[in-house]
Parts: sequence; C-alpha cells; structure tokens
Amino acid sequence: MLSEYAFWFLSFVAVFSAITMVITRNPVYSVLSLILTFFSIAGHYLLLNAQFLAAVHVIVYAGAIMVLFLYVIMMLNLNNLGEVKSSVFMKILSVIAGGLLGLVMLAVVKKTDEINVVAKAASQDVGLVENLGDVLYKDFLLPFELASVLFLAAMVGAVYLSKKELA
Amino acid sequence: MELLHNISVNHYLGLCVALFAVGVFGVLYRRNAIIMFMCVELMLNAVNLALVAFSKMWGDTGAQVFVFFIMVVAAAEVAVGLAILMMLYRNMKTTNTDVLNKLKW
Repeated sequence: MLSEYAFWFLSFVAVFSAITMVITRNPVYSVLSLILTFFSIAGHYLLLNAQFLAAVHVIVYAGAIMVLFLYVIMMLNLNNLGEVKSSVFMKILSVIAGGLLGLVMLAVVKKTDEINVVAKAASQDVGLVENLGDVLYKDFLLPFELASVLFLAAMVGAVYLSKKELA
Repeated sequence: MELLHNISVNHYLGLCVALFAVGVFGVLYRRNAIIMFMCVELMLNAVNLALVAFSKMWGDTGAQVFVFFIMVVAAAEVAVGLAILMMLYRNMKTTNTDVLNKLKW
C-alpha cells in the first residue's frame, strides 16, 4: 500500500523535474532538477529491490556525473549566457515530435497485455551486492575487464582533449 | 504481473516512456549542447529503469548487470563529451548548436 503511494509520488517528482530540466533557462537550475530526477529514479530502484544499483546510481550519477556537469557550466560561466533563441517553428516541431513519440510508445504499452511471469524463488535478494557481484565476476568477467580499458581510454581522451596547447 | 501492490510492470514502462519522451523533446527543443547532453543522460536512465523493472519481473540478475554497464559507459561518455564541449567553447566561445554548424552540409 505504502509502496504504491511511493511509486506515484516518485514518478510525479521524476517526470515533473525532468520537464523542469528541459524548459528552465538557467543551466544550473537544469542540472539541479536533473539531480532531483536521478534521486527519484534511485528511489524507484529501492522500491524494486535493487539496493546496490540505487547506491551506485546516487554515487555515480548524482555524485560524480552531475557534479562534472555543474563544474563545466560554472567554469564556462554559462548561466548568464543568453541563449540564442531558436525559431518558434522549430520549437513547435520539437514539441509535436516529442509528444507524438511519447504518445505512440505509451499507446503501445497500454495495448500490451499484462505479462504474467512466475518470478524465480528468492527474487527478493536479486539486487543485493552479494548476488550481483557473483554474476558480475563470473558470467560478465570479460565485459567487466573491458570496462576498465574503456575507462582508461576515456581518461586519456579527456586529458588530451582538455590540454591548453591544443586550443 | 504486479511488481508492487497494484503496480504492474506496465506502470513502470509507462513511466520510462514518459521520461524517455521528455529526453527526446529536450534534445530537439534546446540549443545548448550541455543541456542536450543532459537530456541524453535522462534517456539512458529511462532505459535503465525499464531494465530494473524487468529484472524484478523475472527475478533475474542479468538485467541489473546490464544497468551497471550502462552506467559505466555513461560515465566514460560524459568525461569525453564534456572535454569535447570544453574544447568547443574554448575555440568558438559558444555551446549553441545553431552556431556550431561547420559540419552541416
């Protein structure tokens, strides 16, 4: 019962702050409302018994990625940079395109029959770090190691790109 | 299939669709490259939420590992993408995508 109310509350907060993120003019406010969206998504993860993912989501997204965005916006001093107005025609088109996409996908979800699956036993602890680590280090060991190479490449790329002499 | 009391997996899919559509709308609506980038992050998160809902539905760990890897890729993507945006701003003094049109045919 309580989880039902929590679902609707978190969904409302997520969608509302996502829309705020898009339509507000100040990029700093955009970042802050996206952080709010991420926190409500983390709440959804908790509701879905994905505790480890909720923690990682808060740490990586709200804690690292969004801080990076905030740093860049403050470093470039974008918050008082008047955005060049795009044409009204383009804005109307984007509203129609986004709305239609959402409408079509929502209609598909609504038309879909309720799927009835018998979940595996002990599916309550699927999201615990013990079970996730077991799968991650056994079945997904190669992708896990490749991710470290990806991070190394990203790190080298970011450092190289942001060197001053290149400018 | 009820994931929570009275909440089915279709409810979660509806929420994911709404978040994804807001992300698409933002990419089309805004001209600031950083905001567009944030909208891409929002779309990634909508997909993540759908995967976690499916994971709960099947009682399976694989989907959650996928979400983990999506987060890894998103973090790497943000690091490189923001570095590119910094370069762009340093050279062009703007992040407006209407001005950054040198690759336009």
